[in-house]
Amino acid sequence: MNWQIYLVLGTPLLGSILAALWGHKSWAAGLNIAISIGTFIAAAALTAHIISEGPVVTADEQFFVDSLNVFLVALTAFVSMTTSLFSRPYMRIEHAHGKLSDNRLRLFHSMYQLFVFTMLLVLLTNNLGILWVALEAATLTTVLLVSLYRTPASLEAAWKYFILCGVGIAQALFGTILLYSASEKVLGSGGSALLWTHLETVAGSLEPTVMSLAFVFLLVGYGTKVGLVPLHNWLPDAHAEGPTPVSAVLSGLLLNVALYALLRCKVLVDGALRAPFASQLMMGFGLLSVVVAAFFLSRQKDVKRMFAYSSVEHMGLITFAFGMGGPIANFAGLLHMTVHSLTKSAIFFAVGHAAQKAGTQIMDDIRGLMKVSPTVGWGLMLGSIAILGLPPFGVFASEFLILTTAMRLQPWATPFLLVALGVAFAAVFSKVQPMVFGETNARRLPHPPALVPVFAHLAIVLTLGFYIPPYLVDWYREAAKLIG
Amino acid sequence: MNLPLSSQIINLLAAMLLLLSFAMLTQRRILSLINLFALQGLTLTLSTLVVAWSTGQHHLYYSAALTFVLKVLILPSVLHRLIRKLSAKWDVETLINIPTTMLVGIALVILAFNVALPISQLAGTITKSTLGIALACVLLAFLTMITRSKAVPQVIGFLAMENGLVFAATSATYGMPMVVEFGIALDVMVGMVILGVFIFQIRERFDSLDIRHLEQLKEE
Repeated sequence: MNWQIYLVLGTPLLGSILAALWGHKSWAAGLNIAISIGTFIAAAALTAHIISEGPVVTADEQFFVDSLNVFLVALTAFVSMTTSLFSRPYMRIEHAHGKLSDNRLRLFHSMYQLFVFTMLLVLLTNNLGILWVALEAATLTTVLLVSLYRTPASLEAAWKYFILCGVGIAQALFGTILLYSASEKVLGSGGSALLWTHLETVAGSLEPTVMSLAFVFLLVGYGTKVGLVPLHNWLPDAHAEGPTPVSAVLSGLLLNVALYALLRCKVLVDGALRAPFASQLMMGFGLLSVVVAAFFLSRQKDVKRMFAYSSVEHMGLITFAFGMGGPIANFAGLLHMTVHSLTKSAIFFAVGHAAQKAGTQIMDDIRGLMKVSPTVGWGLMLGSIAILGLPPFGVFASEFLILTTAMRLQPWATPFLLVALGVAFAAVFSKVQPMVFGETNARRLPHPPALVPVFAHLAIVLTLGFYIPPYLVDWYREAAKLIG
Repeated sequence: MNLPLSSQIINLLAAMLLLLSFAMLTQRRILSLINLFALQGLTLTLSTLVVAWSTGQHHLYYSAALTFVLKVLILPSVLHRLIRKLSAKWDVETLINIPTTMLVGIALVILAFNVALPISQLAGTITKSTLGIALACVLLAFLTMITRSKAVPQVIGFLAMENGLVFAATSATYGMPMVVEFGIALDVMVGMVILGVFIFQIRERFDSLDIRHLEQLKEE
């Protein structure tokens, strides 16, 4: 029995019910924070357990934890905790500005916890069918979160999100059916043929033709949620029109979780094919995402849209790294997942308050943040510098590792990556600089902004740039080995 | 060709499913579209029942019951109520160029058969020849979705795609494990409720259910 797993899943599930009952009360934001802290403590206990005891399979083999998913569980619980800290003042200000009614606030708190629950279920389940169900449920909860303001633009974004991701995830279901048809021949019909721990042991004897076709469908399906070009159309709209805490968890967590689903499938396909089929597809889609997103960055006018495109770019880079494979590239991919998640959510926190101060999300109308609020200004500036990969931040370390591995293993790709990173740097820096410095037009806010999460995230990213603790290195190495 | 009777019935029902998918692709009236969707659900239930009976796979009876309750009873009646409330019952959609859509549909069917061929040969089920049809149904439902400009037909296209996937699961593997099937059904139900709420919101904001109003967000 593993009480930690039940606690990790049970806390947010219970929290969503509590929030559905009392989410409109004035203390609901505090409740949201308390639940998220509880989830984080449970996740920390689970992590400690896995590190000392090794991988765990429990509850009739329905849950499975190894160093790859426990690392993402810890990250998910941490970022969802800091986002709940940020959302308290942010949502209060939105409420004071009359953008949200009490009922909408209740919906927000309840769906936020349910969203965290579905993501943790995706990460912890051992059953690839349940993984699909949970990821679809995560889509449904975020559709409600994106449309929270009920403005025409947010309804449009949510509709687009639902239809595109619904179609995408239907392809993933077809892929899962094909996978099941291949595994059923080896493992026999019934429950065990979709359990990942069983599949992994027999990966070598799965039918290669079926598996390669299954992977194409799974890549299209889960790739839509990762935001890989050309399936990324929903992503900028959903980020720009939803409330900012939702943008932060979408970029920081959901994209990672979808990529995790894809990685688990890749391990099986690699085992069945003994050919770099899955790797080549992932490298292709990853590189295309990096290049296309980098060129779209400079054309953006809305600040949240721009950083959404930046997420497409970084997810492409991570997919490319995992596509290359091998211990170093996988290590770099995992490190980049961590630092991107922390940095991007920190940026969205800062952007959220900046947009509230300026009363708009259009970058040309946000000016001189440094004059009114040095902390918001510095948060945005440092976050942008970090995400653009300047040393000494952790993003530099992981991008450097990815680039040097690419030079060694896939030299043809290096010029594309370098040009894309350069274009992205020029685009983002030239837009953020006037927003932070110069004359101001910002107003005062009815509640003080929450800036502890911004600087906590940036401090961790900065530390990871200088020094990665040895136990973390071992942990990443262990997880990198699992991906192959 | 000397097939057992059950296989022949399954193949007949599969052909009917494909025919219904084409009918949905070209149906202009929303009311008829919902009826076609219910009919498709019924055909799916029958074919699942025949597979369950001829192979002795007991969990497929539950799957058939789930399909019947959800796709034939609940969802069509919800959709009927929805369009009655929206007074969109007699809405006729102007579809662009039905012959071209049909031709694209035929191309998709050929593609689906070619993709499914290697898998059908490997599958050991008595229903293996219908996997191509299942994939074709999924792709045709997808085409239905992207050629429509109104919200309700888009939703019906989405649900028809789900029908195709359930059919694929029965023909390739005699159905997914029960816990997964229940999960999928739950997701479809919840998704439907959310979409229903959404459709009202969209009409309230835009005074119309035409998705063409939802084209403000794009790159300049």
